[in-house]
Amino acid sequence: MAELTFELDEEQRLLRDEVKRFAEERIRPGTAERDRNHEFAHDIIAEMGEMGLLGMMVSEDFGGPGMSPLTYALAVEELATVCPSISITMSVTNSVCCWPLEKYGSDALKAAVLPALASGEAIGGFGLTEPGSGSDAGSMKSTARRDGGEWVVNGEKAWITNGGVGKYFVVLARTDPDGGARGISAFLVPSDAPGFRVGGAEEKMGLKASNTTTLYFDDCRIPADYLLAEEGAGFSVAMGTLDHSRVGVAAQCLGIHRRALELATSYAQERVQFGVPIAKHQAIQFKIADMATELEAARALTYHAASMDGQPGAGRLASQAKLYASEAANRACWEALQIHGGNGFSEDYEIARLYRDVRITTIYEGTSEMQRMVIARHVTQR
Amino acid sequence: MHIELSDEQQMLRDEVRRFAEEVVKPIAKEVDADGRFPTEALPIAAEMGLMGVAVPEEWGGAGMDVLSYCIVIEEISRVCGSTGVILSVNNSLVCDPIMKFGNDDQKERFLKPLAAGELLGCFGLTEPGAGSDAAALRTTAKRDGDDYIINGNKVFITNGTHADVAIVFATVDPSLRHKGITAFVVHKDTPGYSHGHHEYKLGVNGSGTTELAFEDMRVSAADRLGEEGDGFKIAMATLDGGRIGIAAQAVGIARGGFEEAVKYAQEREQFGRSISKFQAIQTYLADMSTELDAGRLLTWKAAWTKMNKKRFTLEAAQAKLFTSVMAQRVTNSAVQIHGGYGYIREYNVERYFRDARITEIYEGTSEIQKMVIADWILNKG
Repeated sequence: MAELTFELDEEQRLLRDEVKRFAEERIRPGTAERDRNHEFAHDIIAEMGEMGLLGMMVSEDFGGPGMSPLTYALAVEELATVCPSISITMSVTNSVCCWPLEKYGSDALKAAVLPALASGEAIGGFGLTEPGSGSDAGSMKSTARRDGGEWVVNGEKAWITNGGVGKYFVVLARTDPDGGARGISAFLVPSDAPGFRVGGAEEKMGLKASNTTTLYFDDCRIPADYLLAEEGAGFSVAMGTLDHSRVGVAAQCLGIHRRALELATSYAQERVQFGVPIAKHQAIQFKIADMATELEAARALTYHAASMDGQPGAGRLASQAKLYASEAANRACWEALQIHGGNGFSEDYEIARLYRDVRITTIYEGTSEMQRMVIARHVTQR
Repeated sequence: MHIELSDEQQMLRDEVRRFAEEVVKPIAKEVDADGRFPTEALPIAAEMGLMGVAVPEEWGGAGMDVLSYCIVIEEISRVCGSTGVILSVNNSLVCDPIMKFGNDDQKERFLKPLAAGELLGCFGLTEPGAGSDAAALRTTAKRDGDDYIINGNKVFITNGTHADVAIVFATVDPSLRHKGITAFVVHKDTPGYSHGHHEYKLGVNGSGTTELAFEDMRVSAADRLGEEGDGFKIAMATLDGGRIGIAAQAVGIARGGFEEAVKYAQEREQFGRSISKFQAIQTYLADMSTELDAGRLLTWKAAWTKMNKKRFTLEAAQAKLFTSVMAQRVTNSAVQIHGGYGYIREYNVERYFRDARITEIYEGTSEIQKMVIADWILNKG
């Protein structure tokens, strides 16, 4: 057995450094403006596609670089440090579209679709949530019925990241009205399918430069082999996907948390009150110490969960990482803004945007409350 | 990045867990209630190599790594926080500095028997007026030919009632502040050495905590660790390592509480069903499990950093800060889940709750850890 190590391997370090450079040079300069204008960074996303960042874990067989979940998490962290909107755009297409498609799709479907997703030529999304079905995903109302060689999908999906920019969506719909969670199936729906329609972009509190919309399906027709896994296996496709993707959200939280710490630290060293930089006051020092310690705890949980992805017990680790990292990142942004005082309340300071951006992380891809249910189920089942 | 124990480490864990369950746990309640030293457990621990886990075999130790040491302390502390700290002090605060700063003669005379468990050690730094501000210590060491004459008092000394050997910090010149502090290795039979009565404490009641008094105690210069004035550096370096042991202790205590809480939640029925079915209880268990795992990872990361001969001051301080606060939250939740039973001595969780409290105080309070961490982030990062 390999020896225990906290060290990253060379591939991971190189990729992380490359993404860091790209994020600083290419993304950072426009982050604030895109946030202000609610502007999706089409050009940057296209460049990220060329770099292989939009289908990082897609195997070489289907045109991807076949990187590990940990390498992917490192990339998400670097992007989120600079722009959480871009990091969520990227992580959604990676983890909740490419990943379930490769794991659950037929070979023909994968060959037809994955290369475009892996190269970033097409962006992906994930349609699970509905207006009336959030944490209780099993209560969804969207339906799909078989009609000859096609599936006919009806219903609507809410809060869909990449909704207005995506070409392919993994969509969950009910194929058996009486089947409960077992009556749900998963499909791949292309945005050019007849009967598919996208709503207007949502006005959000944060992640304003990511695209979030409702998806509408009105007798939307897709080919029969766009079914993922078996009919009726959709709920486990969705849960398996989220078990995996939560590591991506945890990594996004690491990036935000790290940036909040950087901003707090540099502000505290520059800001003078009572004749000294406020970093000389213990009240401020202790906030910084707590932020730094919690960042390391979140990082250890996240990297560990990523390195265990796909192995037994990984679902619990991913939920722990997502729960802790998101709660810690929220605390960190809160404290970083507090250290900024009145300036932190001004949008002229970056911390104000981070404070808005971070708020979603304890909500999407499973709220903190749902993570706790998942973790508790694991620990009481041993 | 690969965080799984090797086969050897897993075997060690299983072996120490068996020892903890069979030997330490049965006496843990009594050790706590009577405030007595777990005397019968220590020779067995010594035979297993647990008194000098990371000391090389040539110096009487088990020759294992720092991570293995963390595993040992976690497993022992899971059943008895007192025994956990007794081992931690002997390993981290006594064997470690002699190994790192002692000469071969000192290693031969002191480290070998300490690591083998033939002698027990304690660490004399804290004084009534010098806690977090260790440099303010007043114990003096006056040079007299080839000897030093040491006078002063130390307080809150773990293992003090039973220790054969003490690492003693004294100043050769108080006006030099930390630059005057000098470390000595002193045998308890040295004339002028005495210890007080065992302190009755809130928790870790079996760890033999006492005062040490030195009255015109004559110590040979051959028993000085390092040079005159090296003492403060030795103390700080030693505590960096000690903090990893205390972090492992905190993880162990927390795990003891967590495991009891899971078991109790599954057995206890209220409102017609197991209380583990209630979201309120599930929420406790989920947070406990998450923070416990995070704490263990931070502890292992600090151990791994030390093993790889890198600076680990930051990692150790973060691990110690996080785990000690975590252990209190986790054991507090364990008491809460147990309800009234959690407040009763018949159950273990009230002991874990009391034992956890000290981890945030000794070997550097949380406040000191935060000062270390903030200094690192703001000035050295």
